[in-house]
Amino acid sequence: MNIKWAMAIDLDRCTGCGACVVACVAENNIPVVGEAEVEKGRLMQWLRVARYWEGEYPEAQAVYLPVPCMQCERAPCETVCPVYATYHNEDGLNAMVYNRCVGTRYCANNCPYSVRVFNWFDHKWEKPLDEQLSPDLTTRSRGVMEKCTFCIQRIRRAKETAEEEGREIRDGEAVPACVQTCPPGALLFGNMADPHSEITRKLKDPRRFRLMEHLGTEPRVVYLKRQKGAGR
Amino acid sequence: MNGSDHLARTDPGALYRELSRSNLPTTKKWYLGVALLSLVVLWGVGCFIYMMKTGMGVTGLNRPVMWGVFIASFVFWIGLSHSGTLISAILRLTNATWRAPILRGAEAMTAFALMVGGLFPLLHIGRNWRFYYMIPYPNSRQLWPNLRSPLMWDAVAINTYLLGSLTFLYFGMIPDLAIARDHATGWRKKFYSALALGFRGTHNEWRRYHVASTIFAILIIPVAVSVHSIVGWDFAMAKVPGWHSTIFAPYFVTGAIFSGIAGVVIVMATLRKVFRLERVLTVVQFENLGKLLCTMSLLWGYFYFADFLTVWYNRNPEEWEVFRSYAADYLPLFLVMIGCNFVVSFPLLCMRRVRRSIPALSVVSLMIVIGMYAERIMIVVPSLARRNDPFIWHNYFPSWVEFSILAGALALFLLLYTIFAKFFPIMAINDIQERLFQTTDRKIGGVTVESIGMPHDTGKGGHG
Repeated sequence: MNIKWAMAIDLDRCTGCGACVVACVAENNIPVVGEAEVEKGRLMQWLRVARYWEGEYPEAQAVYLPVPCMQCERAPCETVCPVYATYHNEDGLNAMVYNRCVGTRYCANNCPYSVRVFNWFDHKWEKPLDEQLSPDLTTRSRGVMEKCTFCIQRIRRAKETAEEEGREIRDGEAVPACVQTCPPGALLFGNMADPHSEITRKLKDPRRFRLMEHLGTEPRVVYLKRQKGAGR
Repeated sequence: MNGSDHLARTDPGALYRELSRSNLPTTKKWYLGVALLSLVVLWGVGCFIYMMKTGMGVTGLNRPVMWGVFIASFVFWIGLSHSGTLISAILRLTNATWRAPILRGAEAMTAFALMVGGLFPLLHIGRNWRFYYMIPYPNSRQLWPNLRSPLMWDAVAINTYLLGSLTFLYFGMIPDLAIARDHATGWRKKFYSALALGFRGTHNEWRRYHVASTIFAILIIPVAVSVHSIVGWDFAMAKVPGWHSTIFAPYFVTGAIFSGIAGVVIVMATLRKVFRLERVLTVVQFENLGKLLCTMSLLWGYFYFADFLTVWYNRNPEEWEVFRSYAADYLPLFLVMIGCNFVVSFPLLCMRRVRRSIPALSVVSLMIVIGMYAERIMIVVPSLARRNDPFIWHNYFPSWVEFSILAGALALFLLLYTIFAKFFPIMAINDIQERLFQTTDRKIGGVTVESIGMPHDTGKGGHG
């Protein structure tokens, strides 16, 4: 079966709780860099919940926008990498080969969503925190770019299980950590090439829009617009 | 011009002794200078090793400002390198004979500025020890560099330019190395003999030399233009507001030549003072360089005006935020840039008195070099600091490690230049001799034959 992974983010449901970020950090061995480094703009999180304010106090209202890697169809980061460290894989994902990366950081400059993070230092986990690291991930040394992969290790596992059992991958079988965790269920992940999948249905929602669509990057992450009105 | 001393003035031996004073006895001062420069270079290298071992986090870089002063310096040094090509190639083709005394110095500057500039991308990358991934070498995994990336275009263009300008520098030096061989003793004689490739100055050799140097001059111009266009495209190809602009390539070439000429003025004023070359490096050369600077300043101002006007009128919010930061966080840098490159320097350069005063012109040139450095930072940093998503906006200030490496790079350039001046003829003896021949009246028997070129000609008189 043809696979085109996509994610839908329902802004009506997002409460800005940040559970997705925590799940992502835990799943993907993302280093916690500490307050001082965060102040310098060196947060390593692959997913950020951007917060904007609408209106003036006391009418001000927070708007939350979870921003993972958009997995663009026409990814600007891919063309500028001089060594093909970032490329398009067979599922249409924007993949990253850490061990090929030389760290020119051009991809991060060329990403209009600024979702790529750089390893400014080598990161270590103190004992016993190193016990929590997932063995399914490639380690990243200093000087290497990294970013959201849609939890490619989970996708691989689901695909391998399906292959072992000699069947197609089922809808909802591959779920990134953020999607699995989201308490209000604002995130949805699936194969948009499958006409019967939930994501395909969701992508028909008239509220749909894509971030900075005018740039022509064709993101695979689709947002569902917040609706204004009573109870919201 | 007094005709009686024409033979003495154009005697190669005498000229060699006068023009290559730098090659002759090595003074204590020279050793002291080299030692001092080497120390600064070593400090820079030490800081680089520290950065490599610890991680790029020791710089002031962050997200979204992933490129900082290293990239600005890269653009700056590559820009400085455009001087030599302009002076030896473009002025050669336009027959400007006044360029003879500044020829070699400018060409050497091209080569060394390129070497220093070319180091910066390697210093800047996160895993410097894996830089060879960018070289198309055969490997078992059959991985090749990505030629769609402007960085690869850069690597190709800069290597071509470096090889081209080194060849240009060496080729132009062959007749002078022959003169040096004829007048040197000891190990220097052997050294120059090997380098002069047996040049004897026969008619045939000169004819070939002239044909080849014209071909070189024509070939190097497109290379020079392409190099800085591609450096401009490193930015213009990106989806970054403030970078993504069609004006960048021609504008970068202009800026490069602008800073390059300013660099040549500083280098020439220094050489003139240090090696007492007042007789050959006259006010004529400086005034002409001053006129070129004046033109380039005007052109630079025009490019900026055009770029600002379109963004200001259009008010595309993404670009407008970048421009607004010029008036806020980056105002000091912006004022240095605009002031040094145009507002202050242009009126000064319009004054004949300034152009004809070597100290004044040197000060203006220094100002332009500083202004152009500020301009490169202005290109690299604010555009990144005000990316599309306001949530991640962040400013950048370089750390002591970056400053140390920049100082090391400057010292490396000066060191390379000092060593070059010690071992090679820093003045183009043959070209100067040719010019002296043309501008000196000659006595043949009892008759004085007037010179065919005027002492202050700017390329219109004589055969060039």
